[in-house]
Amino acid sequence: MTWMVVDEPLYLPLGDEVALYEAAYAARLPVMVKGPTGCGKSRFIEHMAWRLKKPFITVACNEDMTASDLVGRFLLDQQGTRWVDGPLTQAARMGAICYLDEVVEARQDTTVVIHALTDHRRSLPIDKKAELVQAHPDFQLVISYNPGYQSVMKDLKQSTKQRFVAFDFDYPEAHKEAQILVAETGVTQAIADVLVRIATSARALKGHGLTEGVSTRLLVYTAILIQQGVSPAAACRMALVRPITDDVDIRQSLDHVIDACWA
Amino acid sequence: MSSTHAGLDLSAEASSPWADEPQVQAGWALLDCSLPAVRPIFEATAHEAIRRLTPETLLAYWSAGHTLGRLGRGAEPLIAWLTYWPEVVEAIGDEHAQVCLEKTMALLMRMHKSPNSKAMAPLLFSLGPTAHCLGSFSLLKAYLHSVSNFMDATTGSIHGRQASLASPGLIDMLAKTPSLLQKLSLEGWQAWLDFGQRAYANHPPQQVEYFSLRSTDSLAVIQRERHGLLMRDAERILSLSLKALWNTQAHFEPLPTAQIDVALGLQEKSVLPCIQIDRHSSEADDIVTMGLPDVLDDLSGVRAINRYLLMTMHMAAHKRWSTPCIADNWSPSQRVAVEWFEDTRIDLKLMTLWPGLRHSMMALYPPVKEGECNEATHACLLHRLSIFSRSVLDPSIELQDAGLSDWRSRFIDLLNDPAVNTERVAQLALQFVAKTRRPTDSQAEVYFTHTQVDWRDDNRHLWRFIEEGDEEDTSPSRSATSEEELKSLPPQLYPEWDEAAGNERPDWVRVYEFLHPSGQASDIDQLLLKHDALSKKLKRVIDQLKPQGRTRTRHLEFGSELDLDLAIAAQIDIKAGLIPSQRIEQHFKHIERDLSVQLVMDLSASLNEEAPGTRQTVLQISQEAVSILAWALSELGDSLAIGGFHSNTRHDVRYMHIKGFEESWAEETKARLAAIQPAYSTRMGAAIRHASRPLMSRKSAKKMLLVLTDGEPSDVDVSDPQYLTHDARQIVKELQAQGVFVWCIQLHPDFESSVRTIFGDHCTLVDQIQKLPEILANLFIRLTR
Repeated sequence: MTWMVVDEPLYLPLGDEVALYEAAYAARLPVMVKGPTGCGKSRFIEHMAWRLKKPFITVACNEDMTASDLVGRFLLDQQGTRWVDGPLTQAARMGAICYLDEVVEARQDTTVVIHALTDHRRSLPIDKKAELVQAHPDFQLVISYNPGYQSVMKDLKQSTKQRFVAFDFDYPEAHKEAQILVAETGVTQAIADVLVRIATSARALKGHGLTEGVSTRLLVYTAILIQQGVSPAAACRMALVRPITDDVDIRQSLDHVIDACWA
Repeated sequence: MSSTHAGLDLSAEASSPWADEPQVQAGWALLDCSLPAVRPIFEATAHEAIRRLTPETLLAYWSAGHTLGRLGRGAEPLIAWLTYWPEVVEAIGDEHAQVCLEKTMALLMRMHKSPNSKAMAPLLFSLGPTAHCLGSFSLLKAYLHSVSNFMDATTGSIHGRQASLASPGLIDMLAKTPSLLQKLSLEGWQAWLDFGQRAYANHPPQQVEYFSLRSTDSLAVIQRERHGLLMRDAERILSLSLKALWNTQAHFEPLPTAQIDVALGLQEKSVLPCIQIDRHSSEADDIVTMGLPDVLDDLSGVRAINRYLLMTMHMAAHKRWSTPCIADNWSPSQRVAVEWFEDTRIDLKLMTLWPGLRHSMMALYPPVKEGECNEATHACLLHRLSIFSRSVLDPSIELQDAGLSDWRSRFIDLLNDPAVNTERVAQLALQFVAKTRRPTDSQAEVYFTHTQVDWRDDNRHLWRFIEEGDEEDTSPSRSATSEEELKSLPPQLYPEWDEAAGNERPDWVRVYEFLHPSGQASDIDQLLLKHDALSKKLKRVIDQLKPQGRTRTRHLEFGSELDLDLAIAAQIDIKAGLIPSQRIEQHFKHIERDLSVQLVMDLSASLNEEAPGTRQTVLQISQEAVSILAWALSELGDSLAIGGFHSNTRHDVRYMHIKGFEESWAEETKARLAAIQPAYSTRMGAAIRHASRPLMSRKSAKKMLLVLTDGEPSDVDVSDPQYLTHDARQIVKELQAQGVFVWCIQLHPDFESSVRTIFGDHCTLVDQIQKLPEILANLFIRLTR
């Protein structure tokens, strides 16, 4: 199984994040990317992995994840038990960039596993095998999380947070977002501009009933649907309104915005 | 023909005005009525009737008149019959005339035989307009049926057998019905009828008030039943759209579009939307109030919600792009022209930015055409402005008048200039007025047709006056913001469920929330000393329940860790040649509790009674129980709110706030609990509705409502014992459907059946009241394990 990123993942730089990341990688500093969902965090890391020509391993974190999901576990077969490395151990051994997506979803007893890897020790102790894995010189740990979903229960501990350098991401400015849409899907500039206007209106409702605004990812889906021949208003409803809310009033308001914007 | 002397002299027939009209003569003969007042009416209506009705219908009409004249009820019923029946036949059609006549006569006869004979004439007076509103015979039949039922239900009787008192509300109801049917559908009218009948069947003066549209209930029901979209129902969507599209927030005020006139019934009033802006240094701080009509119907294929949205968009656009002008030096026609020009500029901008709005705007724009206004008789300025505006918004319109066409081009050129603002548009408008003025513009008659554009506002924001004028201040004022009064908050209105009607009575109950006055917190502490043993026992149980540490789930196929014991056992099985179990993993999970509890205490007068078997009052025992519960919950870390209620008729239900979710169980809350004074009655449904509001807005995963009561729901102004019980049951069902866990603790075993009706199985009956503290705490722990 190859972990190399072969094709260039499209990424439009919004500032100087590419240079900053290259500097962080040069020192193998662990990186944290923060921002709302669907604004390009994972795409950015993937792009950087391709750029730096390093293997790239992604782990989607969730509530049920345990330390053994990251580190590895014994599996049973006819010959007895055998040890299988988890993604984090694999990355540490082979010198890949390991990306833990939505790390705050995992329980805190899971996330402390990464503490040893993220300071000067750069080692991963595997208790069950009584082995200490020393990380490959090319290994780097990257995590992402969405600060908007913070609750008292689910937050990174300070001891975890302060092991990383952080990048802030947000939805791009209107003209850049339109550029991204055109580049990703081939949709016309005019349509891309209208889609971005609709997204801006929907984002204004964040906090007034919507927990999260419309993400760039959903805009890309909408554009893809339009390219497939779906009418713009129907595509917008399908991809921009229905997924994000079930509240009847908010749906109606967004439907009105969509109807007003398309001739 | 020699003149006649109308009178009782039958021989004068030969020389009557209709001597040579055999039909009329035959009619008069058929009518055969000797009452003096009838003849002039007959003369007035006979020719019309002959013209409008078929011969069979005519015959039936006059025969029925004959019957009516002989009833001994005077001339009124017959006069009303002669005058209004042809209208009814016209409205429903000839094919149904006979059946309708039979039904109407049947009802009239019933009225004649009942004490309601005075309603015969009003029925006929209203029948014509009603038939026109309803439009079809089947609806009219339903109407007559409803009137008949209403009459039966409200005709009072002494000793319950013989109907002997006329229905108090019948005559007023019949008088108001035609105007109501213009606003309500038949179902809506029937709902209004039903409500008044059920609520006031036994209260004659209030019945009269209700049906003559003088009482607030009557208006509330009418408002509820009006067809169309209520602004209140659309308000949230409008707020959200305003925020999304303009990043603005505004307060919306409904402007009444109907007023109740005691004499004329429901009168429609035309209102224009309006906006009031209090500008501050930054746009985000501006306070905006928008007035919108309180009800709108669909119009010209555009849905009511879209009409509201257009009004809101137009006003928001004014706020962003229009600046006020000084009005003092300009004449009314100059001002009107400026308003039209500015409105057109704004609307064109809206259409350009949001092309989707064009369709509804053009559908709603009145279909004004050149040449409609006759300059000889009317002042045509508004008409010209309307045509001008329409032609700008819809460039495909060809203008006959070259001058107007020229102004259109100049206007569009002006708008293409990026520096355009209200002032420059106003200058152009003034030139327009000056150049296109006609002498006929100053005539008294103004041509208004097709000059009202549905979504445009009254533009009061556009004008500033330096000199005080005498205009009345009709700005929409914000209703009193909820400044917390010292003693109680302004009353909240809640509906009440009427089981017999199967419907809610809107805004029926007023609930006043009070912060409970404080007593001595030490009283509570004293009470708790008694229950020392109980608290120790509870503490042990609570410590077990408290979320700390982890639980382990074993025998999982996919867990988080290998369970070595089970794995070894599986390995042994393999070696022994048996099939090993696959479930050899385990998983550790944190214990979590996420619960909000709202406790509602019945504080009615019965609490002051002594509890059987003890020296204490029910009140004191309740206080103890609640204190223990509150302490237990604060140990567990769950959120608890406590409130008490009692009621004195539906206008005065008091909810005493003892502890809120955010407050902790400490001196202050204990002091409030200590100061409880039971009084009045138990209107449980209203209290549950009020208490459930803060509970519903909590974000906990689990919500629980506990009701502590020692009786059944009752109140001094309700005679039916089941009515409030059913109301409480309805709200409990609604809460359960929304995921709230409802439980009742009943302190008096006699009231078991009513509690079971309301809460079903979710109730605990306390036989020995001195055990209440223990029961309450254990119940809580059991329910939330």
